[in-house]
Amino acid sequence: MKMSNQTLYNINKNEYQVQQESTLEDATEMGLTEDEFNLICNKIKKIPNITELGIFSAMFSEHCSYKSSKKWLKTMPTKAKHVIQGPGENAGVIDIGDNLAAVFKIESHNHPSFIEPYQGAATGVGGILRDVFTMGARPIALLNALRFGSPSELLTKHLVSGVVKGIGGYGNCIGIPTVGGETNFDKSYDGNILVNAMAVGLANKNRIFYSAATGAGNPVIYVGAKTGRDGIHGATMASTEFTDNSSEKRPTVQVGDPFTGKLLLESCLELMSTDAVLSIQDMGAAGLTSSSVEMASKGSLGMYLNLDLVPTREDKMTSYEIMLSESQERMLMILKPGSEEKAKSIFDKWDLDFAVIGEVTKTGRLILDKDGFESCNIPINPLVEDAPEYDRPYEIIQNKNTIKINELNINYTVDEILTKIFENPNISSKRWIWEQYDSSVMGDTISSNGKSDASIVKIHGTENSKSLGKGIAMTTDCTPRYVKSDPINGGMQAVCEAARNIAASGAKPLAITNNLNFGNPEKKNIMGEIVGSIKGISKAASFLNTPIVSGNVSLYNETNGKGILPTPVIGMVGVIDEVENRLEMNAKEDNTLLVLGQSENFTEGWIGCSVYQEIENKIIDAAPPPVNLEKEKKIIDILLQLHTKNLLTAAHDISDGGLLTTICEMLFKNNLGLNLNLPKSFLKIDSKDPILHSWCFGEDQGRIIVATDKIDKVKFCLKDSNLDYFVLGKTNASNNLNLKDITTISIKGLKNSYERILPLIMGKHK
Amino acid sequence: MRSGVTIFPGSNCDRDIIVALKNITGKAPIKMWHKDTEFPNLDLIVIPGGFSFGDYLRCGALAARSPVIKIIKNHISRGGAVLGVCNGFQILIEAGILPGSLIRNKKLLFTCRDTMLEIQDTIKSPFLSGLKKEHHLNIPIAHNEGNFFASGTLLNELKNDGRIAFKYIKEVNNDTDYNPNGSSNDIAGILSKNGRVLGMMPHPERAINNLHGGTDGLKFLTKSFEQIIG
Repeated sequence: MKMSNQTLYNINKNEYQVQQESTLEDATEMGLTEDEFNLICNKIKKIPNITELGIFSAMFSEHCSYKSSKKWLKTMPTKAKHVIQGPGENAGVIDIGDNLAAVFKIESHNHPSFIEPYQGAATGVGGILRDVFTMGARPIALLNALRFGSPSELLTKHLVSGVVKGIGGYGNCIGIPTVGGETNFDKSYDGNILVNAMAVGLANKNRIFYSAATGAGNPVIYVGAKTGRDGIHGATMASTEFTDNSSEKRPTVQVGDPFTGKLLLESCLELMSTDAVLSIQDMGAAGLTSSSVEMASKGSLGMYLNLDLVPTREDKMTSYEIMLSESQERMLMILKPGSEEKAKSIFDKWDLDFAVIGEVTKTGRLILDKDGFESCNIPINPLVEDAPEYDRPYEIIQNKNTIKINELNINYTVDEILTKIFENPNISSKRWIWEQYDSSVMGDTISSNGKSDASIVKIHGTENSKSLGKGIAMTTDCTPRYVKSDPINGGMQAVCEAARNIAASGAKPLAITNNLNFGNPEKKNIMGEIVGSIKGISKAASFLNTPIVSGNVSLYNETNGKGILPTPVIGMVGVIDEVENRLEMNAKEDNTLLVLGQSENFTEGWIGCSVYQEIENKIIDAAPPPVNLEKEKKIIDILLQLHTKNLLTAAHDISDGGLLTTICEMLFKNNLGLNLNLPKSFLKIDSKDPILHSWCFGEDQGRIIVATDKIDKVKFCLKDSNLDYFVLGKTNASNNLNLKDITTISIKGLKNSYERILPLIMGKHK
Repeated sequence: MRSGVTIFPGSNCDRDIIVALKNITGKAPIKMWHKDTEFPNLDLIVIPGGFSFGDYLRCGALAARSPVIKIIKNHISRGGAVLGVCNGFQILIEAGILPGSLIRNKKLLFTCRDTMLEIQDTIKSPFLSGLKKEHHLNIPIAHNEGNFFASGTLLNELKNDGRIAFKYIKEVNNDTDYNPNGSSNDIAGILSKNGRVLGMMPHPERAINNLHGGTDGLKFLTKSFEQIIG
């Protein structure tokens, strides 16, 4: 006998309310437009109740539907022989040989981290780890790309402190090493910080788990932490601009529990080593809604869930709250019928909730029961297929202004500029940050925190009598000021720099995960930044055969109408066959440094958009350094060839701050010095000469400095390569950088500047 | 050598020490789940690092009340050797097996970095008697609560009884930051009265590879294991 509405009202008043028909006003409040609301009514042939509307609004949010970027994301290169799974699953998967697969993804947690930095960042790490182990991979490394506002702002210090603690709080506790990343400051991030977390995992290539539901009648299982009222409608919050009242959104931030995360990781991997799991999906953004809808949709099936069976933290939760909660550390699985008991015993052992909450159906509909009433009955297809896809108007603005070096107004000497560069928090040591991350747990870290241009983690169990084993190299890169000036060029540059970093660590670049962080896509110029950088990334990725296998888009990073610098972060992964052959960036004594990709006749460096330009003349209206993809590919190939012949002792990519900055960074660790060779034409010039400055600090692309103790052999190999190079000199123990009769610079002094700035900025701010 | 490694929910250095034990002794240690109480007699039990039970109460406090702790206490009373690393050290203190307390690092920040350890003059201990005092050990730490704190009386007692195993020392003369957590008297590890239980904050299992972290941890573990079976 069906109960009356009055009965429901008596049992759970709130549930009664969310089962009432919704209005356009409700839709607007949930971030839907009038057109979207009408579309929903048409597609489901009724006016949705509040729960149904909530489910639609989450699935239609920018965060879940990628409605502004989908058209362009589809144009990215995603295929290659080594790609096992491209975008569309929880994470990308590539073949790295020996029956192994690398599983990785980067994801943003920008909006929540600004509102509540510790929990926002912690759950960002937790979420990306779940994405990786959902695929059946054990996570082996974490990286992060962070962007903060002006370092002088008190709020920035508060955010840096909280985000770093949150990242460490989760990663350290769950026991996955945080091995690399980048942190930059710019006032455009004052109101919108960026917290992008990347996780890399390892799996048996033939044991990858996917999310598509299979087999009508199969049980749907909920495991992990209980569902609470935290994070409700987080996905919608992350899809709007901030205003001054954004701190009121604190309740929409999820709370992380790395301990439960660790238990979930171990129990899921234990279960996955049996044959019980048919498909699995983590509950991330839009929680139970997106996980159930995506599983059913990918399997072209339906799903029935009895929400009374969902383990909840609080009483009398409504179907709306349960479906939209973003409580962390939860998974949805479809098990082989009959394996429930075996599965349950594993979760019992780890003290985690395990509940059969429904089954896969043939209906093609999402049907939910709560408190004895049907609280939702909607077709699955429109939730995914009919999610809006916008072709938003865009304008790609490419700055073409070049700077005439001879017209530069020079204020500082080379020495003074170097000091200013190393006192720039964007270049200075990030030790204050990375010492708060456990970088060595799991015992496989080979290179972390800038010891080499890309971080390297050994693949556990690949050791043999000849080698310590294979390694994975990882990096994240983006130079937002380049992207701002020229989105296409900036997109290409980010990919090339990432590839150079992988190669400079001795590894072969293989594939990309990207995190596209931008402002409001409804503005033409911002949409132009999105489209332009996707074009640039695509061009470079396809040229270097490093396809995009996973990624995330974060839009509406604006506060009161002011957007961030466009920040398309590239996370790249490569492989090194024998980890003992990794290259570090620190030069050793008595080695020759030479720059690859720069000729003897090269004298005028590209200072448009450079760090130098910011320091010296504050002109920012200029084109960034151009990118030559053929040169980039060639330099990577030749560097790896030289390295295969065992001719190199160190390598470091030239990026922010140019040639001289890169040289100094290579000398820091071992307290070395160098008598620097200058181009022949640099006769009788002084320390304020503009040409000298451009040569020292220009940020021309496609250059890597390498160190060798076999310079003759290197020269011999380079002779036929058609690649320009220039010998910079031999390292010595003097700890001074000597520029002929122009100046002698104390490396020790610069190293002090490099090390002291960030602790000084953070001061007592813990 | 018959060895065992305890595993609590939230332990995360268990695999690392298992690998080290297996590589050094040629024999895999048994895994000791926190709820289990039936184990064969062992020569060495290692309590690994991690965040047992999330460290949501005081670090190690919940683990110290697990069933497996009774087994460890019996093992100790038989003269068995126990090594507690990081969270394992915290658990040994919470279980009352080692004295003192480990409070939050002085800078109130989680800290992961290399430290240089000086071996102290101690009572006879299998963990130290194979090492030469003049050889310092470079072993990394990674913790938030490793600041060893004790009363003046206890600190004197530990010193006089030869129970201070390691101290953090300066690598270079002007290093003001050599003690990474503010520990009293720069203490990095202490021994039980019989010298057969060692608790230490640094992670020797993370210094067994020349490419990263060096091999001082390997040296320490190898010498300890020789002495334990010797």
